Amino acid sequence: MTQSPTLSRRSASPSAPAPRKSKRSGADARAGYTFLLPWLLGFIVLTIGPMVSSLYLSFTNYNLFDPPKWIGLDNYTTMFQDERFLQSVGVTVGYVVFGTPLKLAAALAVAMLLNSARKGQGFYRSAFYAPSLIGASVSIAIVWKAMFGDSGPVDQGLSFFGINLGGWVGNPSMTMPMFILLTVWQFGAPMVIFLAGLKQIPADLYEAASMDGAGPVRKFFNITWPMLSPVVFFNLLMETIHAFQIFSSAYIISNGEGGPAGSTLFYTLYLYLRGFSDFRMGYASAMAWLLLIVVGIITLIIFRTSKGWVHYSGDAK
Amino acid sequence: MTTMATPTQSAPDADAQVYNPKSESVTAKRVKSGIFHAVALALTAVVLYPAVWMIASSFKPNAEIGGANTSLWSNNFSFDNFATAMEGIGGVSTLQFFTNSLILAIGAVVGTILSASVSAYAFARIKFPGRSIFFGMMIATLLLPFHVVIIPQYIIFNQLGLVDTYIPLLIGKFLAADAFFVFLMVQFMRNLPAELDEAARIDGAGHVRIFTSIMLPLMKPALISTSIFSFIWSWNDFLGPLLYLNTPEKYPLPLALRLFVDQTQSSDYGAMIAMSVLALLPVLIFFLVFQRYIVEGVSTQGLKG
Repeated sequence: MTQSPTLSRRSASPSAPAPRKSKRSGADARAGYTFLLPWLLGFIVLTIGPMVSSLYLSFTNYNLFDPPKWIGLDNYTTMFQDERFLQSVGVTVGYVVFGTPLKLAAALAVAMLLNSARKGQGFYRSAFYAPSLIGASVSIAIVWKAMFGDSGPVDQGLSFFGINLGGWVGNPSMTMPMFILLTVWQFGAPMVIFLAGLKQIPADLYEAASMDGAGPVRKFFNITWPMLSPVVFFNLLMETIHAFQIFSSAYIISNGEGGPAGSTLFYTLYLYLRGFSDFRMGYASAMAWLLLIVVGIITLIIFRTSKGWVHYSGDAK
Repeated sequence: MTTMATPTQSAPDADAQVYNPKSESVTAKRVKSGIFHAVALALTAVVLYPAVWMIASSFKPNAEIGGANTSLWSNNFSFDNFATAMEGIGGVSTLQFFTNSLILAIGAVVGTILSASVSAYAFARIKFPGRSIFFGMMIATLLLPFHVVIIPQYIIFNQLGLVDTYIPLLIGKFLAADAFFVFLMVQFMRNLPAELDEAARIDGAGHVRIFTSIMLPLMKPALISTSIFSFIWSWNDFLGPLLYLNTPEKYPLPLALRLFVDQTQSSDYGAMIAMSVLALLPVLIFFLVFQRYIVEGVSTQGLKG
């Protein structure tokens, strides 16, 4: 906040540009760091610092009460003999691999449906978006658990069609579909983004294609998909990263235990249990770093392969 | 401010109006539009069903939730569940939980607005050495899984004796730790004409003046979407309070709900669902009032729900 006097004097004479410029850029540097201070402080104290210390902790045995004891790579090697850990990896990978593409496919399909409408688009867009706003809340987790419980509305609805699965919540082979439905239900956020992308596609492209006798399938693969690919890329990246981090719903639906039979033991839930109920903070830190590395690799893969399928026209956003 | 959609877009049943017939016949267009609305309305029913079921159940007696009464309607609708839910849990009234949630959410909004706008101004409008490196790091934190930092953060706050206070939950908001909002504001400011600052600079204004009297007033839309989203995110946050708060008197609603679930364990389904409704109520009201800002914010900034 000290830069204003220097700046107010700067309009003196136009004949000496060099010193004036350096004076201004010096003041700018000071002002820049002053304005950036909150973020910079937060970045150092709440992000970089903790990241470095969790990397260190991941090589130790630490229970919050005794000083950390260096054990090298032990946490990382024991992980792969830990059945619960392997189970949590399986649960999370299944959720990401099935849930994310389904959610994005639903989002794209509905966005295309809405884009074809002349009227009422705004209403539907808002209605479909609503679940994204509340989907990760504890309230919805409670509702989901009740709806998919024994003789809940889902069970009863299916029995009406002669399908007697019983409650999904207590059935280890049905909990994953239940969580996938929960994420697909929140298709609204990527849908809104897809819809914005679809509106950017010039209508004359489709008209020209119609003239050439292209059907809806060819139009989709030759116009819609390439034109929309930057948006697909964005949604895929964000949704994948988010899917790895599912926590509250898993915690509430399984009472913080990951049951039945470990079928809802998501990675972050196991990490939480290791760190904050078993107080194995070194082990939990190693899990956190492994997650960071895996998410980093997946991000890199999405970025790398994007050169092959993401098409940027003119000015990339 | 309208409460439903945008003013130009009307309710779904507006297809009864006659369209301007150009290339297709009126009937063909009507049939097409009819099919569209039939599909879209069916989808709306499916998507909104869980919310409708939740609200209907919150008024039903326990025996009718997931019992023989499969319809949403009941002849025994009452406010009993809400009365039970308002009593609270563990000797703490639900009103107290509401107040706690509100304190946290308002703190989050104030902190985020202050810190993110100032930091975004530095990124968007001031040239200084290291800016692009820091900007890259800020973007990288957008993709960073939050879990990498929670354990050391907890250890630090534990050593400082700040566990079971609101400080660990709020300090990040005052230090622009939600990179998404910084990014949103940077994008917004970059779209404002640079001539504004240049003119102000020639008139002798410093960065503080430019920021407070030119940028802030023009940034109103970005500040509004930031406020709405940081409020809702804080209101729904579960992991943060779960890690840091131990005394029920300090619990916000999501944590109180968990306590409620733990202690009643399906013996009082109705009250549990009524409390879930109460906990979501502010979010639903926010959505109805600000939905245009919210949906536009998502569509232009890629904000998540």
